[in-house]
Amino acid sequence: MEIPYTITPRPDTGLFNAKAGIWLFLASEVMLFGALFTSYILLRIGADHWPHHELDVPLATLNTAVLITSSITMVMSWASLMEKNFKKYRVYMGLTFLLGVCFLIIKGFEYTHHFSTGETPNKSTFLAIYFTLTGLHGLHVIGGMIVNGYFWGPGSKMWKTQPERFTNRIEVAGLYWHFVDLVWIFLFPVLYLL
Amino acid sequence: MSTHSAHSAHSAHDVKNEVRRYVVVFVALLCLTVITVAISYLNLPTLPAILIALFVACVKGSLVASYFMHLISEKKAIYMALLLTVVLFAVLMSLPLFAHSDPIVLRHVP
Repeated sequence: MEIPYTITPRPDTGLFNAKAGIWLFLASEVMLFGALFTSYILLRIGADHWPHHELDVPLATLNTAVLITSSITMVMSWASLMEKNFKKYRVYMGLTFLLGVCFLIIKGFEYTHHFSTGETPNKSTFLAIYFTLTGLHGLHVIGGMIVNGYFWGPGSKMWKTQPERFTNRIEVAGLYWHFVDLVWIFLFPVLYLL
Repeated sequence: MSTHSAHSAHSAHDVKNEVRRYVVVFVALLCLTVITVAISYLNLPTLPAILIALFVACVKGSLVASYFMHLISEKKAIYMALLLTVVLFAVLMSLPLFAHSDPIVLRHVP
């Protein structure tokens, strides 16, 4: 049986299935991170002392730039498919994946430094919420990289048989990746700068 | 933009225009990141510092959502779902305010 509305839009929503699905998923993700941001506010309001600029701001700024760059390479990979340029797509999607790796390596440096100096989640409320928020975000980056890696490699075979469906898949993967970038845009000032 | 008809209607010229827009948004995002970091080193009082940082983050988030996620030209169904999300998110974020104004909590929170 063929799954309907993978390419053509549903008449009621005007969206193809995956797009409606990813937006509902992202709405649930907003609530997940929203709950953690609320916890952060409650903890911060109740704290006697809250660290300021004690985390590595230059490294986190670099990571922000890396993630923003990965967002434009992701959207460019989709635009390349719209232009029917598969080679260009592979380049941009490959770059997006590598920038994701780069983000995780930089985060790994930060985590290693924290652990080597005894700054573990059980040491303070700030460190507990810092590791929870950045750890959950890191898991989301890994999830996005698995999907992007699949679409760069074995999943890209679909381009030969169903190019429009494949383009839709990349758009959906892109929506998730941009959301991950969006979450970091808020995490960065909240954890590192304020 | 991503429907079957839109796929075929999307000319090479349209895509080129969009790519140009993506580059402008990318540069704006990098500039706003530098501005946020620079402001954080001004040692402003807590409240203005928080308000400015969150305002810049909101501008950056809006740029990503509007252009990279194409929310600027999406279908009504998505706007409806997001409107509900925004309302529920606002309720969630207002919980700390209620908790902080609660006399029982106030006795424990400095």
